[in-house]
Amino acid sequence: MAETRYTRDHEWVRLEDDGTLTIGITDHAQEALGDIVFVELPLVDRDVVEGESVATVESTKAANDVYAPLGGRIAEINENVVDDPGLINRDPTGEGWFWRMEPGDEENFESLMDEEAYEAFLETL
Amino acid sequence: MTGFAGWSLPVSYPGGTLSEHHAARSGAALFDVSHMGQISLHGAEAAVALERLTPAGIVGLPPGRQRYALLTNEAGGIIDDIMVAHYPGRLFIVLNAARTEADLAQFETHGIAPERHEDRALLALQGPAAACIMARLAPPAACLPFLGVVIAEIAGVACWISRSGYTGEDGFEISVPAHAAESLAEVLLADPAVSPAGLAARDSLRLEAGFCLYGNDIDTLTSPIEAGLAWTIPKHRRAALDFPGAIPIGDHLAHGPTRVRVGIRPAGRAIARAGTTIAAIDGTQAGIITSGGFSPTLGAPIAMGYVRRDLATLGTSLGLLIRGQLQPATVAGLAFVPHRFVK
Repeated sequence: MAETRYTRDHEWVRLEDDGTLTIGITDHAQEALGDIVFVELPLVDRDVVEGESVATVESTKAANDVYAPLGGRIAEINENVVDDPGLINRDPTGEGWFWRMEPGDEENFESLMDEEAYEAFLETL
Repeated sequence: MTGFAGWSLPVSYPGGTLSEHHAARSGAALFDVSHMGQISLHGAEAAVALERLTPAGIVGLPPGRQRYALLTNEAGGIIDDIMVAHYPGRLFIVLNAARTEADLAQFETHGIAPERHEDRALLALQGPAAACIMARLAPPAACLPFLGVVIAEIAGVACWISRSGYTGEDGFEISVPAHAAESLAEVLLADPAVSPAGLAARDSLRLEAGFCLYGNDIDTLTSPIEAGLAWTIPKHRRAALDFPGAIPIGDHLAHGPTRVRVGIRPAGRAIARAGTTIAAIDGTQAGIITSGGFSPTLGAPIAMGYVRRDLATLGTSLGLLIRGQLQPATVAGLAFVPHRFVK
């Protein structure tokens, strides 16, 4: 069973069976953003470092950066959300994923918040 | 909810901005715009007095009619854009909320003491279904022409109703005593065609219609001619040049301004928001975006801004500096979505 962890920037990070990570934004994030109308995704094969802005998501309200939760290489991007950004509002943790990446050797998935910690973090906002 | 000019305003309702926007284009949307200033000028000389503050034609405004007008300053800048309606015994004026105090100061400077209607709310019912709804609730209003005004009862309350709005759709603005505003809103919302709509949808609708937002697209440093609002100045006022800022505005009318407001269509999907730098195709600075967003009707980004006059021709290629990259765009007509006012 793939495990999902979270960041303080309201991204979810799912560790797939093959060791890659799938990244998207949480339901809390899409709710706060409102109707999403534009997404810009990184180029495949780009090397990214933890905390680097790699995508942009724009709602009718404002533009927001989406950050790399860990360092690594972009393996795949979800063209479906580029064509239909509303997919992120409708299914943020499923069809509305942003990109997949291969984490670097030194990266520690376990350092991210688990669901319980993320829920607790939301309570503090 | 958000704070604006001392008011607490709804940005959007649970349905979301996009559905509110589509409601105004396909059915009807109800906006609470009670933050806007409402004042009246009384007396036989009211129209003459107001004409001293604006290049619009006010003396010739017939009873039962409304007109868009600009208050100008001595430098030829715009103090506010306002709606002036001629009701029996009064000129009723709607002001921008954030400009109300500046407007009142300008009135006072010119010896005009308006009646302030702080006890009145303002609701805007906008969209192709609005006329049908008014025909049921206030038949005299449904018979109004575009920019006509009438006092009529809705559910037993006398309202000041104009056939106007700021969405590009047919619709009505309804000034109502504040104590009756909530019940009036409930009556209107009881119609299944009506959705409540907030400020965000109001902004995307007016941007699609090509209308100016005071503070973004016009301010005390933009002239009516730069803003493409020369049509608010009738021939006899251009000849007389007897309004604040007449000399610089007359110069812009005679020789053309160096920059003008244009519509802009980004070629890609990235949104060019207010403050975005516009570059000419040769890389020189061309101007700046003053309003920009996503057009729900077109499913694409739209914007407006000021560019050098030589770059203002429809179809001119421009670059928009978005997040460090130049994105291609072209100059477009200002009504991105055709107006559908009643004839």
